[in-house]
Amino acid sequence: MTIDQFLLMKNEILLIAIAVIVLIIDLMTDNKKILFPVMIILFIFTTVIGFIYQTDGELFGGMYRSTPLINMMKNILNTGVLIILLQSAGWLINKAENHENIGGFCFILISSLAGMCFMISSGDFLMFYLGLELATIPIAALVAYEKMKFLSAEAGTKFILSAVLSSGILLYGISILYGTNGSILFKDLNNSVEITNLQALAFIFILSGIAFKISLVPFHLWTADVYEGAPVNITSFLSSISKAASVFILLILLFTVFINFSEIWNELLVYLSILTMTIGNLFAIRQQNLKRFLAFSSIAQAGFIPLGFIGGTSLGASTVLYFLLIYVFSNLGAFGVVSVVTSATGKESMNDYNGFYKTNRGLSIVMMLSLFSLAGIPPVAGFFSKFFLFTIAAKQGYYFLLFIAVINATISLYYYLLVVKAMFINENEQPIEKITSDVYAKLGLAICVLGIVFTGLFGIIFDYINTLSKGI
Amino acid sequence: MIDINYYLLTSAVLFSIGVAGVLIRRNAIVIFMCIELMLNSINLTLVAFSAFLGSISGQIFVFIVMTVAAAEAAVGLAIVIALFRNKESVNIDEINILKW
Repeated sequence: MTIDQFLLMKNEILLIAIAVIVLIIDLMTDNKKILFPVMIILFIFTTVIGFIYQTDGELFGGMYRSTPLINMMKNILNTGVLIILLQSAGWLINKAENHENIGGFCFILISSLAGMCFMISSGDFLMFYLGLELATIPIAALVAYEKMKFLSAEAGTKFILSAVLSSGILLYGISILYGTNGSILFKDLNNSVEITNLQALAFIFILSGIAFKISLVPFHLWTADVYEGAPVNITSFLSSISKAASVFILLILLFTVFINFSEIWNELLVYLSILTMTIGNLFAIRQQNLKRFLAFSSIAQAGFIPLGFIGGTSLGASTVLYFLLIYVFSNLGAFGVVSVVTSATGKESMNDYNGFYKTNRGLSIVMMLSLFSLAGIPPVAGFFSKFFLFTIAAKQGYYFLLFIAVINATISLYYYLLVVKAMFINENEQPIEKITSDVYAKLGLAICVLGIVFTGLFGIIFDYINTLSKGI
Repeated sequence: MIDINYYLLTSAVLFSIGVAGVLIRRNAIVIFMCIELMLNSINLTLVAFSAFLGSISGQIFVFIVMTVAAAEAAVGLAIVIALFRNKESVNIDEINILKW
């Protein structure tokens, strides 16, 4: 094994190196504030390396593989986590009770990201399961991070119990698949998987385990509770990065291992998609807590993703990637504003945002752009990604699904505009005072706004992803 | 040699008992025990298949599953302790502040 081959894993190696460096600095110094800028610089370095240095190949007898498309997925995740780290600076540095734990927070967050990267580039089910658990268990620790708050501990309990149950069910599916095919390597399974009752059962188990992580209805019941109880930045991590990583691995599994099952999963995903969009939207309408509202909106958004899977085309794969890239930017933009407001004032209710524009122009404009992008209003990027997804479904002739999706996009417009109306039109005698956010949060929001505005306008980005998706 | 179907049947029954336990029992610690039962029944399936097929990867998988189960239990019990400090209870019927 040569150095060249190890460099295939550059992203994971760099992430683990950062995690270890963070721990060492945390032990060596008493001034914890030094830690944060160092880590941000290292993380930016990792993200940039990911974009520059493309890799292609496989390691350990096919257990680990890396293709340009997988690289792109990792780049999306890295960018998202960079934004989240920047946004959580205010919460970590300004709050006295979090001071001691900056190192721990960053270490756990980065290990979870490393787990997701391993999961995405796994070439067999052993690696996949390990990556999945390495991604999930740290998130449980992060959800319960504010250990003196009851809500956080409650959310943590709910998360770990349901996460472990779902990964157990997934593992049972894997064991049946292993028994019926005699191998756990994706490339062996690709040829030998066929539709028998037992293997269909295994497929359903695996699909429901992953659907739980994406929180597709009916596997969504944990979502709103956990999102509300967790610290805001962890909620944004769960709702964008963790969801995106699970969608990526679902994409890889469906398009490689279960390609022979495509009749079954086309049908299943149509129903899952319809249920998820509709139920997510209906519950989002009646929410008053902004975090909970964004939780249900993210469930509804996840319902649009299966539209891109239908038919199993490589164009569909690139559309899903494009949708998630834009979803990460717009969701993190919305959560970024909520995070800034919550850490400054502690207010989360929608009524608190009445008259927000009068006092905080910049923040409310960022919020408006993000919500417009989530709703899919034309000039911003969200419109293009939704439009492309609809095109994929239309090409395959699923007009009924398309009809439901368009209706749901319209319903979602209603509740996104409720928030915009609260910020810009509603009067309030005591609006939230002017908030001066720190440099990190500003940088994070700026990246989100750039992403929202420019990803849609430049067709070259979609074309670039599309050229990569030929070899999944 | 015992027929593989007996192993599979046993592990399927154990798995079902585990899932039923997670859904029915109300004590967080007992729920963790049921999850361990689920994971161990999966281990039994994996080893049985491994012996039946004469392939080694199932046995390797079992080691990984045991390690992961330990990690899960460690984090899970730590969270349950945090919960107990706040509420003096590990009964999941009483953790109901977050609701739709």
